[in-house]
Amino acid sequence: MAFLSSLVNGLSLGSIYAIIALGYTMVYGIAKMLNFAHGDVIMVGAYIAFCGAQYWGLPPVMCVLTAMLVCTVLGVTIERLAYRPLRQATSLAVLITAIGMSYLLQNLALQIWGANPKSFPVDLVALPGFTLFGGQLRISGVTLVTVLANIVIMAALTFFTSRTKLGKAMRCVSEDRGAAELMGISVNRTISLTFAIGSALAAIAGVLLCSAYPTLQPTTGSMPGIKAFTAAVFGGIGSIPGAMVGGLLLGIIEILSRAYISTELADAIVFAVLIVVLLVKPTGLLGKQVREKV
Amino acid sequence: MSEMNQQELLLKVNDIHVYYGAIHAIKGVSFEVRKNEIVALIGANGAGKSTTLNTVAGLLKPRSGTITFKGENVTAVPASKMVFRGLALCPEGRRIFQQMTVRENLEMGAYSRPNAEIEQAMENVFGRFPRLKEREKQVAGTLSGGEQQMLAMGRALMARPELLMLDEPSMGLAPILVEQIFDIIRELHESGATILLVEQNAQMALSVADRAYVLETGSIGMSGPAKQLLNDDAVRRAYLGH
Ligand SMILES: Nc1ncnc2c1ncn2[C@@H]1O[C@H](COP(=O)(O)OP(=O)(O)O)[C@@H](O)[C@H]1O
Ligand SMILES: [Mg+2]
Repeated sequence: MAFLSSLVNGLSLGSIYAIIALGYTMVYGIAKMLNFAHGDVIMVGAYIAFCGAQYWGLPPVMCVLTAMLVCTVLGVTIERLAYRPLRQATSLAVLITAIGMSYLLQNLALQIWGANPKSFPVDLVALPGFTLFGGQLRISGVTLVTVLANIVIMAALTFFTSRTKLGKAMRCVSEDRGAAELMGISVNRTISLTFAIGSALAAIAGVLLCSAYPTLQPTTGSMPGIKAFTAAVFGGIGSIPGAMVGGLLLGIIEILSRAYISTELADAIVFAVLIVVLLVKPTGLLGKQVREKV
Repeated sequence: MSEMNQQELLLKVNDIHVYYGAIHAIKGVSFEVRKNEIVALIGANGAGKSTTLNTVAGLLKPRSGTITFKGENVTAVPASKMVFRGLALCPEGRRIFQQMTVRENLEMGAYSRPNAEIEQAMENVFGRFPRLKEREKQVAGTLSGGEQQMLAMGRALMARPELLMLDEPSMGLAPILVEQIFDIIRELHESGATILLVEQNAQMALSVADRAYVLETGSIGMSGPAKQLLNDDAVRRAYLGH
């Protein structure tokens, strides 16, 4: 039963990784860049939800929606101001800019909210939990909401990219920017939309993360950001189902290692598994083999 | 020729210069296309044919010179807007969306059109390319080279362009398929399409075109009625190999 309980916790953490990984993977697939500031957008989202509940007296749903709105605007603005001017630059220049943007967000948060950890309102996601097996396995409301949110988001994104005109346009840009433009698709607008979606999801992930682990500080987004990036690579960067699979596996491996091997070594084990997977399959679990153009 | 000149001027390219960084790829090219014409742009590999088409399509910006389409100056109009104005480019190397199905590729070709028109346009394309209809649900990357070329042309036609630009549609195809592609170009012409055709296969291009321009390392050499160029000794020696 302890094992089952760990598995549920892993599933829950993995769902959060998966939602964050989606932002990395979509931006990578469409804008062809690693947005290292993505983890810090999570942190901003959590702070906004925190302020909504603590200072502005907003009801829980409004807290989440406000966080999503702020993060969407933030993500689109970051892309517009910092990344778009570098569209023709080397990927190294873009990477360094993204790392700089990450520190900028952390330092701004430090200025605004201070270094002292805030305790995140745990009742923000106020769904009652339930117990199974005569009380032996407890599933909390946060876990339930997290897993459900992940499933809904995944289904919605799959529908969006496979059925809608805008979603298909996104796939075109991801495959061949020039050809997409020839169809009449604006590459800039498509990239903005990608950042908007990824950042709104980051806000949701921020609320879920801090509801499960309720300490909030300016560096809160860093480690989950890196883990989720790992999850995206693990699943095959650029692939939406890959982000899901990678996130879930990473969360489960992490929690099980923590429970059965060693708390200290859990992160090392996670990254060791990643390295093994990449050695066997360099494109990640569900990654597409990149076809060289003739 | 005089009959042709009475047709409305669709595209006028005037003295464009295009650079790739420091490389001066197009050095003052001028030409025009009138309604219902097939105009061929021929020249050796690296002469600047693709650069010229990409510039007209808006993928590249000329450093100087003007491009006029349907009487409007479109020199600075980006590619994503040109297709809304009625110009479609079927690019070199086909560049279909490999991971999308045939149907999805065609839908994306009609991105600039109202949704209500898509089915009709799709029927038209399927009528012209029955093979695509058979492969409608197939992922485009798994099509044969000839089928991919048909898909690329079908995708460009989905935009119902007033000017269709084809960049080396016969590239890498077996002779029988080349014949097929040129038959389709002839059919399109008969149904009233205006086509700007770039080809290394000068023989085929000159045999379907009304007029032609010869591009030589970034500038226009000869130009004139296609039949005349086909019989010109210099052209025959340089581009037709006899
Ligand atoms: N992306 C590019 N960067 C630099 N030079 C290029 C690029 N594309 C083409 N060129 C150069 O521009 C010239 C014209 O190329 P292109 O238009 O592709 O010729 P064509 O289509 O007639 O074979 C060539 O010298 C080619 O090397
Ligand atoms: Mg070419």
